[in-house]
Amino acid sequence: MLLVKEKIMRKTSIFLVFAALCVFAAPAATAQSGDVLIKNATVMTAARGTLENTDILIQGGKIARIGKNLSSASARVIDATGKYVTPGIIDAHSHAMLDAINESSFSVTSMTDVKDALDTDDISIYRALAGGTTAALLLHGSANSIGGQSATVKFKWGKGKDDFLVKDAPPGIKFATGENVKRSNFNIPGQTPRYPRTRMGVVETIRDAFTRARDYRQAWADFNAKKTKTPPRRDLELEPLVEILEGKRIVHAHGYRSDEQLNLLKIADEFGFKVGTLQHGLETYKFAPEIAKHGAGVSIFIDSWSYKIEGYDAIPFTAYMLWKQGIVVSINSDSDERIRRLNLDAAKAMKYGGVPEEDALKMVTLNPAIQLGIGKRTGSIEVGKDGDVVIWTGHPFSPYSRVETTMIEGEVYFDRTADAQRRTAAEAEKAALLKDKMNSGPAAGPGGGAGPRIPRESIVHDRDHADQEKTGDTHTENDGGNR
Amino acid sequence: MKNFNISKKIAVLLRSGSVAVLAMVMLAAGSVSAQSDGSQQNKTGRAGTFAITNARIVTVSGEVIEKGSVLIRDGKIAAVGDSIQIPRDAENIKGDGMTVFPGMIDAATNLGLAEISGGANATMDVQETGTINANARAIKGVNPHSSHVNVTRINGITTVISFPTGGLISGQAALINLNGSTQDEMAVVPNAGLIVNFPRVSTGRRFGFGGGGAPTDFNTALRRRDEQLDVLKKLFEAAKNYQKARAAYEADKSLPYTAVDAQLDALVPYVTGEKPIFFTAEREIDIKGVAKFVADQKLKGIIIGGQEAWKAADDLKRNDIAVIFTNIYSLPTSEDYPYDYYFAAPGKMQSAGIKFAVSTGEGGGEVRDLPYQAGIAGAFGLTPEQALRSVTLNPAEILGVADKLGSIEVGKIANVVVADGDILDPRTKIQHMFIGGRLIPLTSRHTELFDSFKDRTAIPK
Repeated sequence: MLLVKEKIMRKTSIFLVFAALCVFAAPAATAQSGDVLIKNATVMTAARGTLENTDILIQGGKIARIGKNLSSASARVIDATGKYVTPGIIDAHSHAMLDAINESSFSVTSMTDVKDALDTDDISIYRALAGGTTAALLLHGSANSIGGQSATVKFKWGKGKDDFLVKDAPPGIKFATGENVKRSNFNIPGQTPRYPRTRMGVVETIRDAFTRARDYRQAWADFNAKKTKTPPRRDLELEPLVEILEGKRIVHAHGYRSDEQLNLLKIADEFGFKVGTLQHGLETYKFAPEIAKHGAGVSIFIDSWSYKIEGYDAIPFTAYMLWKQGIVVSINSDSDERIRRLNLDAAKAMKYGGVPEEDALKMVTLNPAIQLGIGKRTGSIEVGKDGDVVIWTGHPFSPYSRVETTMIEGEVYFDRTADAQRRTAAEAEKAALLKDKMNSGPAAGPGGGAGPRIPRESIVHDRDHADQEKTGDTHTENDGGNR
Repeated sequence: MKNFNISKKIAVLLRSGSVAVLAMVMLAAGSVSAQSDGSQQNKTGRAGTFAITNARIVTVSGEVIEKGSVLIRDGKIAAVGDSIQIPRDAENIKGDGMTVFPGMIDAATNLGLAEISGGANATMDVQETGTINANARAIKGVNPHSSHVNVTRINGITTVISFPTGGLISGQAALINLNGSTQDEMAVVPNAGLIVNFPRVSTGRRFGFGGGGAPTDFNTALRRRDEQLDVLKKLFEAAKNYQKARAAYEADKSLPYTAVDAQLDALVPYVTGEKPIFFTAEREIDIKGVAKFVADQKLKGIIIGGQEAWKAADDLKRNDIAVIFTNIYSLPTSEDYPYDYYFAAPGKMQSAGIKFAVSTGEGGGEVRDLPYQAGIAGAFGLTPEQALRSVTLNPAEILGVADKLGSIEVGKIANVVVADGDILDPRTKIQHMFIGGRLIPLTSRHTELFDSFKDRTAIPK
């Protein structure tokens, strides 16, 4: 909750500077391909401990060797003496890049796909890279019991949509339970309330969908076995659910209260599938043994709480308590702001309860990779994995450390030195653009410019805010769906 | 959080099978929990004479004492140094391997006024209706038993400004220690400042003061801002006249009596420059507007927000206006701003010679992130020492309470934190803390829920 900020912060009114974006953080100029040799770093592998004075050779986008005194005739050498290297941070719950988040019309919108709403120019990508985040699970909102399909991306800023999508990542889908789903905060006079309105109804909505999906699957099986002559009519709503039943699509389920999330696990047991992750799961510490038994992962905020009633029982010890049960835990941002500093969120897992350092680091690297189904290719610094690495000025859990360089598959997508150098050029270009008459604001009279543009980024980085606009200024408490 | 350390130790011992040692640790755990006084939230702690010995002492006001002691007596810091006399009745707090810090101060929050913002309006007391609420006093709305109090303080934050929001004049802020069963017990300065949301020059579609309606040109925006400023000016003038009329009557009862006006009465100490006015303002143009207003009206001014304060350094310094910066976690307001625009702002203010404090600007639940927000400023321009000062002595100075708070110095209120490392580091654990010289139990709504569920096993069905 950000009362003060919501009340006192208003965005700077800038009319036309977006043009200057073309040079600022210019992606094409950033990415450097080719082999890379990172020399003499403290390497936190998130798999096999921390290695001092160690070199990493990345060849063809993959980690080829890890060791001391490595050499390469062709690789570009980065001296990382005194610096730390970690795997790229992975955020298992983000809405970055999404031009639309909630298709909130129906209670089951499994036919929708956030991949149809990806904005590869979203500045949030660059800011996330500057915080060491290289990959994310982009999720549909939480306005419906069964939401839309998700996208697993690497933040290849400057590349096209197809490059962002991780090719072999298993497909995912958003589920949700609780107050957003039952539209607790959306009573529109004159409109028939959408079913369901209670947690009882939510359970039945999901059970109904899977009952239909099971029958649909059977109908195809019958047709394929030539028991029937006409093929069933294709059902785009149920096809993703059949994939879930067949273990081919990962369920990422938003929820807060322990009982509602446990009920979802029971539905999954009833229909014979596994829930991939319980998202948010602010009360998962209350039923950790049941989660462990089902085999679900959990993706939490490290310490957000109290921003709504569903978040009032959240505690920062959840990461520790789930970790102790052997559950795969990740710490996510669900925020274009917080995605910039997930390293410090992981550090808090050490403070609250005492998760060991490497396991805390895993909560923002390897564990989310596992939850996204891409743990074999990224998430840790191991030979054969993608060269997704971050070079830090110091220990990544120290508040005084900064990201120096962020690489994906050996290509540099953020570099602080290059960023600093570009700023001067960006400022000069912006000044020139501001002088251009076509960029002047409405004050210039008719035809004098495009008018104000509300910046896209949000200043309201609370947890469950509106889906429709990512702008703080258009935010009201009840303006649509939820994330 | 010593309870967890102990349970961790027990876990280790269980694995090692050392039953005898386990029994000893459990005894120790018993004695530690005996320090906690009951199960109520926001326990007020235990008074006494305490000596923190053999600790590293970060005084903030002076040099770091590598190995020394702090004596706490009668609620105050009674002695500090590497060779001070420890009275026999003092309870010893072993500081070996520990570092002592002054309690941190968050100079802009709504703590205690806003419990659950989403869907629980009954817990919200942060914003009055109407636009002029000079007589609304945060100290009368703060809930001493808010769970935000205990959650915040066990991260080393001992003192906050809590202020109301909304309208043109939101009300008066309270400077409170995060300990006490009543509002009076918490108060350090009950009415510490007036909150004025400085009218913005707004050309866009905006809510609130200085905004609204269709996009407009700059001159119109300026005119609208000035109309709002006129409201303020007339009100301030009225308050000054009101005070003169009241004073005149007191001196000479033959004069006509001026009836009490709650609004004007509340404004008097602020419009006369006796007490500070906190102006919320973010952009250069608005901050410069505040500076001019403060100069014209001869006020004591402080900025809350201050996104672009570093761009108005001369105006701020000339008028002795400090900045309570609440934007570390804010995204750059424009897409073309550098990614670290607000991370780096405190460093820029430091270089420009502006007096500033880092604040969360949070409603209550996230105020405990204050140290980590300052820590990030320490990665982008401030030294770690400056970052620490920005949440201790700087806010104390800005709030006019540097004689009472903000450093480890003799005579100050004993708001003292003992930690196992740098308090700005998210890995660091607080080991002991004192507010007003009372030893505060390191328990909170969160530790209690943790204790309730940490050993849960399923009930067989």
